[in-house]
Amino acid sequence: MAVALKRSLAVLVKSLGGPKWWQQASRSVSISASLSRVESPPARADATFKVTMLPGDGVGPELMTAVKDVFKAGDVPVEFDEFHLSEVQNMASEDKLEELLSSMKNNKVAIKGKIHTPMEFKGELASYEMRLRRKLDLFANVVHVNSLPGYSTRHNNLDLVIIREQTEGEYSSLEHESVPGVIECLKIITRAKSRRIAKFAFDYATKKGRNKVTAVHKANIMKLGDGLFLQCCAEVAQLYPKIKYENIIIDNCCMQLVQNPYQFDVLVMPNLYGNIIDNLAAGLVGGAGVVPGESYSAEYAVFETGARHPFAQAVGRNIANPTAMLLSAANMLRHLNLEYHSHMVSDAVKRVIKQGKVRTRDLGGYCTTGDFVHAVVENLRHRPNY
Amino acid sequence: MAAHGAVLSLCRFIKPFGGGRLGNTVKVFGTTLTSHRNKSGLNGDNIPPPAKYGGRHTVTLIPGDGIGPELLNHVREVFRFSCVPVDFEVVHVNSALETDDDMNNAITAIRRNGVALKGNIETKHTLPASVKSRNNVLRTSLDLYANVMHCQSLPGVQTRHKNIDIMIIRENTEGEYSSLEHESVSGVVESLKIITRNNSLRIAEYAFQLARDKGRRRVTAVHKANIMKLGDGLFLQCCKEVASGYPDITFDSMIVDNTTMQLVSKPQQFDVMVMPNLYGNVVSNVCAGLVGGPGLVPGANYGRDYAVFETATRNTGKSIAGRNIANPTALLLASCMMLDHLELNDHATSIRNAVLTTMNETRLHTADIGGQGTTLEVVQSIMRIIQSKGQLTSEF
Repeated sequence: MAVALKRSLAVLVKSLGGPKWWQQASRSVSISASLSRVESPPARADATFKVTMLPGDGVGPELMTAVKDVFKAGDVPVEFDEFHLSEVQNMASEDKLEELLSSMKNNKVAIKGKIHTPMEFKGELASYEMRLRRKLDLFANVVHVNSLPGYSTRHNNLDLVIIREQTEGEYSSLEHESVPGVIECLKIITRAKSRRIAKFAFDYATKKGRNKVTAVHKANIMKLGDGLFLQCCAEVAQLYPKIKYENIIIDNCCMQLVQNPYQFDVLVMPNLYGNIIDNLAAGLVGGAGVVPGESYSAEYAVFETGARHPFAQAVGRNIANPTAMLLSAANMLRHLNLEYHSHMVSDAVKRVIKQGKVRTRDLGGYCTTGDFVHAVVENLRHRPNY
Repeated sequence: MAAHGAVLSLCRFIKPFGGGRLGNTVKVFGTTLTSHRNKSGLNGDNIPPPAKYGGRHTVTLIPGDGIGPELLNHVREVFRFSCVPVDFEVVHVNSALETDDDMNNAITAIRRNGVALKGNIETKHTLPASVKSRNNVLRTSLDLYANVMHCQSLPGVQTRHKNIDIMIIRENTEGEYSSLEHESVSGVVESLKIITRNNSLRIAEYAFQLARDKGRRRVTAVHKANIMKLGDGLFLQCCKEVASGYPDITFDSMIVDNTTMQLVSKPQQFDVMVMPNLYGNVVSNVCAGLVGGPGLVPGANYGRDYAVFETATRNTGKSIAGRNIANPTALLLASCMMLDHLELNDHATSIRNAVLTTMNETRLHTADIGGQGTTLEVVQSIMRIIQSKGQLTSEF
C-alpha cells in the first residue's frame, strides 16, 4: 500500500515538473500518509457512477453479463440502470423509449447492444435504434480500429479512427412513392451538421494527438450533397492548422483500406459510407467481436461495439466474443474519469488476447464466452512491476 | 487506376468552386488578427459549436509565464481528482519570440474550443513597440469585451477591511488600450483613447444584466467625465440610457479619483461597478489589494462567443515562480468560474467550497497572505476536503 501511495504521489509530482519539487513532495508524504484512504479508489457507497444499460438483441445481453461480471470482479464503482428494448421480441414501445430517455438525461452515459431492426416495413420508417439516436442527437460515431497484439491478421499494427455522422444523410427515414413503381429516398446533407461532424473529427484528432484527417465522400457524383460536406470539412480544417487535411472518394477509400490501410489516420464521413467503412475496417483487425465503438452528442455518450450486429444465431450458445464490449466498457470508464479502472479492464482483455490461450471461435479458438470472461477476471489484478 | 483518375477529376472540380469560398473562410475563422472594429462581418452562423461531446468539454489551456504553468498543473490535478468532465488542450505561448505565430495558434485554439483558462503571458518592455501585449491581442481579437471580477472578503484572511463584496465590470477592448499611438511632430506623442457608443452600451447592458441575475441592488459607473467631457461623457450617457431599462437597480456614478479614495476608506459602500478599460485596471487592482492581494481574486473575460478565465489582476509572478509558494486560490477560483460558465455547477461548487474552506485555515496560508504554507499543501488540503464531502473522486 505504501508503495502504491508513493507511486501515485510520484505521478502527481512528476506532473508538476521540476526536480525542485522532490523536496517538498517528500515532506507532503508524511502529511498524507496519515490518511489511510488515499490509496484505495473511492470506496464509499455513494461514490458510484450510474450508467444506463441497454442490452438490446442477439448476444447483447450475454455481452452485458460479461461486462457486469468483469466490473464486479474489478470493484468498478459503476452501477447499471437496465432497460430492455427490443423490436423483434415485442418489447418496444414509446413508453419504454421515454423511460430510457429520462434515465439517459440523468446518467448522460450508456452502454448498449444492438437493437435489431427487422427488414419488413410495418408502417414505421424509423427504427428504434434510429429514433434513440435522433432523440439523444447522437451525431458522431467513433470507431477506433486498433490491431490487437497477439492476434495476427493480414494487416497488423493498424491504428485508425473512423468518425461517422449518424443523424442525417441516407438515414433520414424519408422515403416515398412519388408515382407507383418509383420510390424516392432522400439523402439529406446540411451545412450545420456537416460542420459539426467535421469539427468533432478535428477536435478528436487534436485531443488524441493525431496528425491527419481525411474526409471520405462521393462528391464527383453527388456534387451538391457530398460537395457541401466536403466544403464544410475544408472550412473547419482552417481552424486546425496543425492537422493535415485530405479527402478521398469512397470507392477509392475502400480499395486503399484493404490494400494499404496504414496511410489513414482519422477518417470522417457521412452516414452510409461510415457504416460500410466501419464494418470493412473492423474486418481488417478481426471482425465485429473485437472493435469497440462509441457515439456522442454534446450531452450524451453511448458506448457500444464498433460494428453493430445482433449476432442472433449465436444467442445462448456461449460463443460470442466479448472483447469489443469489454474494450468499449473500458473506454466508458475513461470517459467517466475512472482512468485506473479503465486501464485495469482494457489491460486485462489485451493480456488475454496476447497470451492467445483463451480464444473464442471467431478468432479461431474453441473457448466459450464464459471462459474468456473468466480469463479476463483472472488477469484483472495482474500488476506489472514498472 | 480508375479511382485514381476520379480523384484527379475531383480535385479539378473542387478547386474553382472551393477556391472562391476559401477566401471567405480565411476571413471568418482566420488567424489574422482582426480588431474588434472590423469584425462586424462575423455573423453567428459561422461560429462552429464549442467542443463539447458526450458531456465532456475541451478547454484551451495557456500556461503563460511565471507561476502560470505550475498553478495550472495544480488546477488540472484537482480537476482530474474530482472527476470534472473537462479535457485540456495545452497551447504554449513563448513570450520571448517576436513573431505572432504562437499567439495566432492560441487564438485559433480558443476559437475552436470556445473557452480558455490562462496564466498571464509576459509582455517584455524591451521588445520593439510593434510587439503588442499578447494578453491584449487575445482579448481584442476574440472580442472579449467584458472583464468581470468579484472581490469578496474571505473570512480566514486578515485584512484591514471586512465584508467587502464588490463586482467590477470593465470594458476590455477599447478606451486607452486601443494601441493607437503616434508621434505627430517629433517630441509629441499622441495616444488615442477610443470610446464608442456601441461598446459602451454593450458593457453597460452586460453590467446591469449581471447585477439583475446576481440579485444586486446598485450599479456605479466610474468615469472622468469632468475632464474627458466627450469620451467619458459618452460612456456615462450610455450607462444612463441602459439604466433607464432597469428600474429595479439603482444607478449612480463616481469620478475615478474619488472612487479610489472611497475604496480604500469605505469599500463596503460599493456593489457593482462598471467602467472603461484603464480605470478598470486600476480599480480592480485596488480592490484585489483590499481583500488580500493578487493570489486570491479570480477574473473572467466574456465575449459573445468566447470566454477566457484568468486571475483578476493578471500578474505573472516571475519572482516566485517554481518555488512552491504561489497562492493557487485565484486560479482555482477562476477555474470554478469556468466550470460555472460550462454549466458544471456541481463541480464548481464543490471545488469552490473546498478552496474557501482551506483559506480558513491559517496554517495553510501561503506567504502572500502572511503564512508559511506551500502551494502543494494548499492543493492537497483542497483535494482532501473534496474527497471528504462525498463527491465522486478518482485516485489521489
